[in-house]
Amino acid sequence: MKLTENDTIAAIATALSPSGIGIVRISGPEAFAVAGRVFGDEVTRFESHTVHYGFVRDPETGRTVDEVLMLVMKAPRTYTREDTVEIDCHGGVLVTKRVLEAVLAAGARLAEPGEFTRRAYINGRIDLSQAEAVAGIISAKNDLALRNSVRQLRGREREEIMRIRGEILREIAQIEATLDDPEHLSFDGFDEVVTTQTEAQLRSIRKLIETAEDGRRIREGIRTVIVGRPNVGKSSLLNALLGEDRAIVTEIAGTTRDTLTEEVRMRGITLLLVDTAGIRTTDDAVERIGVERARRAVEEADLILWVVDGSEPLSEDDCDILAACAGKPVIPLLNKSDLAAVTDETALRSMISQTVGEQGSVGEPLAVSAKTEDGLTALEERITSLFFSERIAADDECVITSERHRSALVSAEESLRKVRESIATGMPEDFYTIDLTAAYETLGTILGEEPDEDVINMIFSEFCLGK
Amino acid sequence: MNVPEYLCESYDVAVIGAGHAGCEAALACARLGCETIVFMVSADTIALMPCNPNIGGTSKGHLVRELDALGGEMGRNIDKTYIQSKMLNISKGPAVHSLRAQADKQRYTASMRKVMENQDHLTLKQAEVAELLWEERPDGTKQVTGVKIASGGIYPCKAVVLCSGVYLNARCIYGEVSQYTGPNGLPRATMLTDSLVRAGLEVLRFKTGTPARIDGRTIDYSAMTVQLGDEPVVPFSFENRAEDIAREQVPCYLTYTNENTHEIIRSNIDRSPLFSGDIKGTGPRYCPSIEDKVVRFPEKDRHQVFIEPEGEYTNEMYLSGLSSSLPEEVQIRMYRSIRGLENAKIVRNAYAIEYDCLKATQLKPSLECKFIHGFFSAGQSNGSSGYEEAAAQGLIAGINAARLVLGKEPVVIDRSQGYIGVLIDDLVTKETREPYRMMTSRSEYRLLLRQDNADLRLTEIGHEVGLISEERYRKFLEKKQSIAEELRRLNETILGASENVCEYLHSIDTAIIHTGTSLAELIRRPEMTYELLAPLDPERKPLDTDVIEQVEIEIKYEGYIERQKLQVEHFKKLERRRLPEDLDYTAIPSLRLEARQKLQQLRPANVGQASRISGVSPADISVLLVWLANVSRETSEEL
Repeated sequence: MKLTENDTIAAIATALSPSGIGIVRISGPEAFAVAGRVFGDEVTRFESHTVHYGFVRDPETGRTVDEVLMLVMKAPRTYTREDTVEIDCHGGVLVTKRVLEAVLAAGARLAEPGEFTRRAYINGRIDLSQAEAVAGIISAKNDLALRNSVRQLRGREREEIMRIRGEILREIAQIEATLDDPEHLSFDGFDEVVTTQTEAQLRSIRKLIETAEDGRRIREGIRTVIVGRPNVGKSSLLNALLGEDRAIVTEIAGTTRDTLTEEVRMRGITLLLVDTAGIRTTDDAVERIGVERARRAVEEADLILWVVDGSEPLSEDDCDILAACAGKPVIPLLNKSDLAAVTDETALRSMISQTVGEQGSVGEPLAVSAKTEDGLTALEERITSLFFSERIAADDECVITSERHRSALVSAEESLRKVRESIATGMPEDFYTIDLTAAYETLGTILGEEPDEDVINMIFSEFCLGK
Repeated sequence: MNVPEYLCESYDVAVIGAGHAGCEAALACARLGCETIVFMVSADTIALMPCNPNIGGTSKGHLVRELDALGGEMGRNIDKTYIQSKMLNISKGPAVHSLRAQADKQRYTASMRKVMENQDHLTLKQAEVAELLWEERPDGTKQVTGVKIASGGIYPCKAVVLCSGVYLNARCIYGEVSQYTGPNGLPRATMLTDSLVRAGLEVLRFKTGTPARIDGRTIDYSAMTVQLGDEPVVPFSFENRAEDIAREQVPCYLTYTNENTHEIIRSNIDRSPLFSGDIKGTGPRYCPSIEDKVVRFPEKDRHQVFIEPEGEYTNEMYLSGLSSSLPEEVQIRMYRSIRGLENAKIVRNAYAIEYDCLKATQLKPSLECKFIHGFFSAGQSNGSSGYEEAAAQGLIAGINAARLVLGKEPVVIDRSQGYIGVLIDDLVTKETREPYRMMTSRSEYRLLLRQDNADLRLTEIGHEVGLISEERYRKFLEKKQSIAEELRRLNETILGASENVCEYLHSIDTAIIHTGTSLAELIRRPEMTYELLAPLDPERKPLDTDVIEQVEIEIKYEGYIERQKLQVEHFKKLERRRLPEDLDYTAIPSLRLEARQKLQQLRPANVGQASRISGVSPADISVLLVWLANVSRETSEEL
């Protein structure tokens, strides 16, 4: 039978962009030999974990392709636990590609997406949850997401789930043991113990699930909608937030609407700014459509920036807009602080309490000027503290960022609820094991302790080439 | 010792041993039309019960009922010869209800002997088998060709089923005394082990034990708790109805050891060959001797002792829970320290027995040896413990030996189909280091594998195999249909919230209804039963109690049953992932070394079985899955 995991693979490990450096990575038993064919025979004599300067030459024509630095690393102290060579060549799509072509001509096979990580995994270098974290790092959009992936790689999430799972296993074991040896063991007081433990487990799992929402925000960004009457300065605010001094990552089309979503990174977090600036009061019909669109945007928002023009008196429209945002975290922005104030913070505060009462979701008004960018720093601070106050800051927390993990946790939670129900309805103890086992196995799928082909395929399919 | 050889008649199948495994194996083969010969050390001890006088018990009862559903004999035989029967664990859920009957040992043996002696195509022969005969095949594997008995007779055959129980190189030990015999002083078999080793089989040494038998006239029952049987009893065999096998039952008794007993044991523990090191064999942790229990549970001030009759025509009483290998003199003092046994006289003393058995991981799930074609093994020779475990394996080995002769695919019961599947899968997959006893906890899908639905799970297979008569099969289909129909009716019949209905519900202490409610919905209530609902269900047809039982369980535990079925679905996924027979695990570098060695050695049939091998981690299984996916990708690309 033919083995596929034993050949030597290569791929470009950096993004194909006109950046400073491009890295071609080679891994497998023939990695040194392959590198030798493009760099010179001395490669096979290099000591492990050393860097060498030289030239990559086309193995067929002998023509120089690029001037490079070569890192050689011998198994097993490498990412894949195989012999690995990395060629740092001059960035640029063409040069990097030509170095790769030379390496392929020298006998390496082009790696499949995720194959390096798959090798790291099946060679026991990392577990499934860590492999997922690698995928997370690759696609991390900001510092927090990266930090969280790194933390997951270290196994924080693993530890917490292992702890819960261990407890469930002990409960199952006790039921089984008691069924087998009724002479020496009994179920006296067992219901109370399981009830207490199940409640605690449910709390722990709920906490992990709740962090999944944070996880999504970390991973994808905070869906932020700017609302307000026309001409209150929404567009200027958007532009100010997108200003040169802040990194605009990409422009991506909104997932559910035709609106455009701007991605802004600030203070290590990502904001997905949803543009509702299209709402204009040209005539009633259009306004209705506009309000409807804004409403839908609001429904899916994590955060609403409600803009009011401080140089004008408050109107009915302002009230209507605020009312439509009720229930969502709202930061009221009193814009145009550079002009003479007609509406001040006190007026706005009393209007808010009249409209939505003392609802906690609407925050303190903040005076800003989109024009002079006054108050924008305060806004950033507000957003950061609103979403990632203690929960993210504390380093011992783990944040579930994978949707697969989240849904496994939800299913484990469901099973544990059933256990609680079984106890409440007075079912015999041996019935608990059905749902305890289900919870145990579901949690195990997160850790890769329950082999599941679908999960494995899913994880490795998320990778891009060269990782 | 050169005994001249001579050629005897040929058979399809030779069964070595006529204990509980051997009887089932021989009967199955003969009933499936194979000319079968069964060898035994004594024709007087067919289906002998040398240890406890009962059949069934927790999870073992499941095995017997499953065996019956597949067409085995044990259930019918105990129904003919029981003297007390009881459903255990009825205070717990239906999954752990288990049937256990006290047998009249002599009648049990006599009755099975009669069945065996009158079975067409079956020949009984009292002889010690000395050698397994085989020839090398071109591919390096071996093929069974026959057996040779101690007198030199050679019996050519196509398949051999080893059911040697505890007889191979047996030694009985109590205190400082060793007797080189099989159980009950019967002759042991001394030649076969060497022959098996020569054939390349790995042999282990296991140990088990049995308590003393006491003269019933010397027991003071008035100091003990009486344990009576059920009225009416539940038959083991699905062929029997309670009223057909109803008979007068005899009582058992319960007493306890005490601190005094434990002190006697502790102060003589050095004289127990188990602790002195004289016994090398590994004993069963789950059927421990009293010495074991006293050492393992020092905090317990008493242990149960059940006093059970050995039969109706003997005064001998079995001391369940007091298996021991202490010197006889210590045994007497120990027994006499127990309430009600102050004047007890020992008829037969307790002893431990050591014997040779095979490492069962050398077998496939069909119980055929992986490298000797036509060689099967079942029962204690596979390292199991207990009559029921032996019988269950005997039946499967017999069926598969016959199917081999008939050129058919083997029958394998998987873990989701029955305890028999759990038993055999554990034996051939896990490297058992002690006699394997069936236990409820070993089964993952207990709620589906109940003793009450063994027929619904397995009769189909028994019929397919050819051990279930058309008549019995027809009745089975009828039962299945009436269960389905009644379930449908109860789900579809809606009860209005009339005054009459509510009044009745109120009168039986259950909540009244406010809207139309199905009968099934009402039965689902914990306090409600099918029976209680009768006054509100005038259209109900009279149904057999076993049909009602199924209907009630299906409705009451529906949610749990459905969830367990999902777990089975998940289990089957890995079970369906077959591993190529020629797979070279040493060539998969990513497997951990231990996993590579274990897989190479055990050669599991599928990924599911691989995942249950100790030393193979979930990560290894993921590696296998990733690897298999790659191989299939490669293969499809090459095509």
